[in-house]
Amino acid sequence: MDQVMLQRAFYGALALLTLTALGIGLAMAGASGVAFGLFTAMTLGGALVCVWERSVVRSAFSLMATFTGVSGYFVLLEADFLAMAQILIYVGGILALLLFGVMLCPPDMEERQLKRVLPGLGIVGAAVAWLSMEVAGSARWYVDAGAPVGDALAEGEFSNARQIGVGFLGIDQYVVAFELAAIVLTVALVAAVYIARRSSVDLEPREGDA
Amino acid sequence: MPLGAYIAVSAALFAIGIVTIITRRNVLYILMGTEMILNAANINFVAFNRFGSNGLDGRMFAIFTIILAAAEAAVALAIVLNFYYLFNSVKPSEADLLRE
Repeated sequence: MDQVMLQRAFYGALALLTLTALGIGLAMAGASGVAFGLFTAMTLGGALVCVWERSVVRSAFSLMATFTGVSGYFVLLEADFLAMAQILIYVGGILALLLFGVMLCPPDMEERQLKRVLPGLGIVGAAVAWLSMEVAGSARWYVDAGAPVGDALAEGEFSNARQIGVGFLGIDQYVVAFELAAIVLTVALVAAVYIARRSSVDLEPREGDA
Repeated sequence: MPLGAYIAVSAALFAIGIVTIITRRNVLYILMGTEMILNAANINFVAFNRFGSNGLDGRMFAIFTIILAAAEAAVALAIVLNFYYLFNSVKPSEADLLRE
């Protein structure tokens, strides 16, 4: 099969998957189920496009759908602060960083090999499906898996950002982890700048540099 | 939707991330697969937090995961940059500096 046919088959299968997800969502939970199906299609569809596409740029951009879909799940799970942070950090930050990385990547259209990708998807997918069946059949969750507990929002509030802020700074809550995260971020960013810097010895053009 | 739906999506995203890491011969795809796996873990954290207790624990774990993912992406991209300067390639199989 040539590339065009393959591409058509893949995106046709993806559209079918989307419709199935939307249908299952509608059948299970009405309007919020449709939203769930849409986010599922975005998340898994974006990830599948990422592993399928030959061009790194397309893969990186398809991850945008994945990250946005995950932030949609956070909205459905009433974690609005996390949804916002997800979009800010993943779509705005990590994806931009990845695209910077893509810029220095020589286009290599032969790198993706279907004889690796398809068996990989098959084997890992089958293993996860089998394991899920086992777990679904035998697991006794500590939590009630049927319905969410209570209300995620405190009385009279419209967002749980305040709750999380108090959690970050409350002396008996997460303040130590919060400060540690600050140190980790500082160290990581300084280290990134130090590693990425070219030393003066390297500055002469080498073979292959533009 | 029940908890199982979120766990199923998370498992599928995790599996696709693993496949991305093991089948693509490019450092950037390894990073992308890692991000997918971290996102799958985050979905689980938040879902169990919502369906279990009404506390903050799961959401806090997810926030710290996002923070560490940001730090990881910055450092990893710096390493990829250096890798490319050294080897003129982004294929992980070509890192053989210690082999002599």
